[in-house]
Parts: sequence; C-alpha cells; structure tokens
Amino acid sequence: MTSVELNNVTKKYDKEKVVAVDDVSLSVSKGELFGLIGPDGAGKSSIFRILTTLLLPDGGTATVEGYDVVKDYKTIRGNVGYMPGRFSLYQDLTVEENLSFFATVFGTSIEENYELIKDIYIQIEPFKKRRAGKLSGGMKQKLALSCALIHKPSILFLDEPTTGVDAVSRKEFWEMLKRLKQQGITIMVSTPYMDEATLCDRIALIQSGKILSVDTPSGIVKSYHGKLFAIKSDAMYKLMNDLRAFEHTRSCFAFGEYHHISFKERDKDYTEEVLNYLQAKGHTGVEIKSVTPAIEDCFIDMVEEKKSEA
Amino acid sequence: MRTLRFLLQKEFRQVFRDKNLLRQILMVPIIQLLIFPWAANYEVKNISLAIVDHDHSSYSEKFISKIFSSGYFIHSDYTSSFKDAYQLIERDKADIAIEIPQGFEKNLVRENQQKIFLAVNAINGVKAIVGTGYLASIITDYNSQIRAEWVQADRFNAAPAIEITSSNWFNPLLNYKMFMVPGILAFLVTLIGGIMCSLNIVREKEIGTIEQINVTPIRKQYFILGKLLPFWIMATFVFTLGLLISRFAYGIIPQGSIVLLYAFLSVYLFAVLGMGLLISTYSDTQQQAMSISFFFIMVFNLLSGLYTPIESMPAWAKVITDFNPLRYFIEVMRMVVLKGSSFHDVSHHFLVIFLMAVVLNTWAILNYRKTT
Repeated sequence: MTSVELNNVTKKYDKEKVVAVDDVSLSVSKGELFGLIGPDGAGKSSIFRILTTLLLPDGGTATVEGYDVVKDYKTIRGNVGYMPGRFSLYQDLTVEENLSFFATVFGTSIEENYELIKDIYIQIEPFKKRRAGKLSGGMKQKLALSCALIHKPSILFLDEPTTGVDAVSRKEFWEMLKRLKQQGITIMVSTPYMDEATLCDRIALIQSGKILSVDTPSGIVKSYHGKLFAIKSDAMYKLMNDLRAFEHTRSCFAFGEYHHISFKERDKDYTEEVLNYLQAKGHTGVEIKSVTPAIEDCFIDMVEEKKSEA
Repeated sequence: MRTLRFLLQKEFRQVFRDKNLLRQILMVPIIQLLIFPWAANYEVKNISLAIVDHDHSSYSEKFISKIFSSGYFIHSDYTSSFKDAYQLIERDKADIAIEIPQGFEKNLVRENQQKIFLAVNAINGVKAIVGTGYLASIITDYNSQIRAEWVQADRFNAAPAIEITSSNWFNPLLNYKMFMVPGILAFLVTLIGGIMCSLNIVREKEIGTIEQINVTPIRKQYFILGKLLPFWIMATFVFTLGLLISRFAYGIIPQGSIVLLYAFLSVYLFAVLGMGLLISTYSDTQQQAMSISFFFIMVFNLLSGLYTPIESMPAWAKVITDFNPLRYFIEVMRMVVLKGSSFHDVSHHFLVIFLMAVVLNTWAILNYRKTT
C-alpha cells in the first residue's frame, strides 16, 4: 500500500526561472518512516507544501492516501498532520489553548485522541498554562508535534523538525517518531542532517530539486562503490588544499577530525602515493586509513557524479 | 458554527492578551477626541496687527481702539513708517499692517472721504481672508458711526438700504466642535477597523500560523468571518465610547436616531473591514500592510470633507470622493447628529456603502487563497 506518491512533480518559482522541484517521482509506503535528505534549498519544503496542498505543482501529479493533492485537497487537509519548518503556533496562546484550538478546528477534542499524544504531551503538560512563545526550542517542537497529531492523522509531514534543536532533544524526537511509527502512522520527515538519515526506513537524497537516489540507508551505503579513506595530519587546512591538488584525487572534504578522500581510480589503493606526496609537501603526523562510507559520503559522491555528468 | 465560535474565542483571547492593542483601542479614541477637536478650529483669532499711524488724531485713535476691542486682533507694534511695518510682516511678527495716512481726521471731516491702506500676509490664506473680512466689517461699522455723528439723520433714509441678517441653523453658535467631533469619530472608527483588521491577518502570515490554519479543514469563509467579527465588535465599541465622549465632553446629543447611526455603522464597518481584508490578501508583511493602509487612510482623510468642504474641490477630486467610504460616513454622522436626518435622507449613503461592502468583501474572499 502506498501512502504518498509523486509522479514527475515540478514546481517553479519567479516566473519559471527558479526550479525548486524538478521532475520528482517517488512513493512512500503505508507505515513507513521516510526521510527526505538534502541541503538547504534542495526543494524539500516545496515538496512538503505540495503534499500538504499548500502549494500547487506546475507539473506532474501527486497523491496522499490515494487522494489527489489538487482535486481532493479538502479530504487531504482533514487527514494529514503537518509541522512546518518554522514554529507556527500561536505564541500568545498557552500550550493547552493551542492544542485545544487545533483539536476543535479539526472537529475533535484533546480527550478523544489523548492516547496518541500522551507520550509527547506528558513532557510539556507541566507547562500547559505557559504561553507557547515562552517555551524552549525543544518544548515548542513537542507542542507542534502534539498539535499536528491531535486529529489522529494517518500521515505526518514533518519539515525539518530538528533544525535548531539541541542534540539531546533531537535524539528524543527521533525516538518519539519511532513510537508513532509503531502506531501505524506514515511519517515523512525532511532534514539537512545526514546522521539522522540512518534512523529512517528509507531515504531520498535530494539536491537542487532533483532526487539523486531513493533507497534504505544501508542500501545507499552499499551502492557506494570504490574505496574511501580517512586521513589526518598536523596541519589540516594545508592538508585539504594539498590533497585537492593531488593528481589522483576525486574528492576530498572535511569529516569530523579527518578528511575523507576518494580517488579517481576508485578501487585502487593509493595509500603509498599519498604518503609520499604528503611527505614531499612537508606534512607531519600523517595518518591514513580505509573507512566504510556514511550517508554523507554517498551524498557528496552522488553530487560529484552529477557535476561530472553535466 | 462551532468552528466559528472557537475561532472567535481564540481571536478575543489574543486581543485581550495584547496589552498594546487594548491600549490603542481604548486610548486612541479618548485622546484624539478630547484633543483634536480643540485644535481643528477654523475660527481665526489672534491676528497680529502692525499699525502705522501718520495722523495721531483722536479719530485715528478711536479707529484703532475699535479694531482691538473686537477681540480678534492682537497688537504687534506701532511703527513710524510702512517700511518698518512691512519688515514686521516679513519676520512673521505681524499678519496685517494698517497704514493710516496723515490728515486722516482732517480729510475725513472736511472732504468726507479718506483711504486706509492694508497690507496682508497671505501665506496662510484662511487667516488672510478671514482677517481682512473682520477688518472690512469693522471699518464699515466705524464709517457708519461717523456718518451718524456728522450727518443729520433724515426721518426716512435717503438711500434705500438692505440690511442682511442671517440665522444659523443646526449649529446656531457656529461651534466648530459640533461639526468636527462627529467627523473625527467617523475617521477613528475607520482607522481602528480597517488598519487593525488587515494587520491582524498579515501577522498570522508573518509568524507562519496561517500555514498551520491552511492545512486544517477550516472553510475560508469561516476563517475570514472569524477575523472580521472581532474587529467589527471592537470598532462598534470604540464608536460607542466616542459617542459618550462627545455627549459628556462636548454636549453633543445626536438630533436624529441613534439606531440609524448604529445601523449605518454596521454596514459601514463591513465595507471598511472588507478593505482591510483586501489589503491583507495583497501584503505579506505587516509593514507592507501598514504602508498600503496608510496611503489609503491619508487619501480618505483628506478627501472626505472632514476639513475642507467637498463642494469646493475640483471636479476630479469630487469623483474620487464618490469612492471614498469615509466621506459617506462623515456625511451621515453630521446629518444625523446635527440635523436629525432620517433614514430617507441617508438612504443613498446606505446603498453606496452596502455596495462597497459587497464588492470589497467579495474581492477579498476571492483573492484570499489557502493555496499558493
């Protein structure tokens, strides 16, 4: 059963000059936790806004729970939960008032669906008389999720829910999502953080409005072909410049305390050549090792591929 | 209906929590109505006079004291030459210079006629016209006084004379406040209804809550009605407050029916709120909404007949006033409050405002989209 389906969806802004979503096709199954992973400006929010019927696509069709986003927008609006990237609840209403307002707007009440939001709401319940504007970032996000869930939607759209939230809250948030998934709710989430990608069932990597790849996180990692090395020395910045100047280098970028490097001949081990080259350049404390690629490596690799194709 | 009730509940909660908005709604009408009418006064007083008396006779003395006893003039200075008096005008120390020629008394007695020279600073047109008007009537009066002294009155007037007396209706004391207060009140209601309504909707756009509302199944008619009604109620409240102020601070008691005033107000508010709504659908930020509203409010205000009579405007400006809702409200206010006009007298105004309300609201609702 598919929950969300996009067929060749295109969206352009500024009189057709800026292409935000470029011929995107993908489908999300029922009960899946699907991640839309890509940098800022990749078109993630536009896709969300099309699926939540806030934005009309310029081309292609999209359905949510089998309903067309253009024709059946009324049905969709009653069945989806949407949490926009920006906190957009009434800051001058209290936690409780916000929640009961959105409940009544959907023709339900807090009591009716309390079970669904209990886990999340219980954490902010001590502050229910506090105005939403006075909550901390993590609590705002919990309130927004509660409000998006209060009418028991069958699918949840979360647009960058963890942007600007501390590491602990982010972890908590993903745990909440997992629990929601167990209740059979389809969740579509977008994030610019590659490390969150592994927490999804399936992910779509997106760049400049185009889908680069759709697969499970491990499938994406597997599809990375060739070897990847982590390398460090005492002068990291110089190391980066030197490595990028190295004739066999395909790509080199910072990754934590190491630089990740791949070579043009992808399966060949260049360890010797690199060490010699760096020695000649006067680097000390050089350390190089082979690593298994992360999602981020795959993403950068695909972007590189796109560039070399173009 | 249930949805609408909750929307209204939410809206009022927000209004009562916004201390600034409350202050504006309560304080602005009180302050403006208590201060503005005192300042908006066309009665020209304190015209300063520079006097060049070349005669220094008892007649010229009498003439000068007659001028000052009228109460409209204040004394700037006596100068020995017109050149000095002109300098006073140039330095804005005097509005009018009067030159009384040498031999004023002698010629007046001997030759039965004399000339007085007036120089008027016409930068402020109203002051110049009104000032010379006052002076002219004082001079005429003085003239007839002298004639009475010198010419033996016949039993019948030799030359037939028509004396004009006028009686002022509806505002017998020509009290400007009677005229201004109802107009200012109309303006205030427009300001509060129109601007605040548009700002409120745009604020939802600005902080993003409208996104959240748009994904809900709320029908847009309900959402819009939920926005209009609170401001409709608040503007009616301000109007009531204003009527009370004009009753107790200025003693203005509407001659006509209060019910008629409120009936017109309720139709009028839908037109004004519709305009606010329309502005909000065209702007994305409160700043944009504010500048558009400000533009319209300025035009409405200056072309409403609040300060200057519409009858004296050029033809093209008159055409603009035909599309100015404020103009109709001010007219109705003045007609009902001062003249006691009945529904029959203002039915045309009702019709025009009703049409405006329909057009503006339809336009706004069509232009308000939950989807972009």
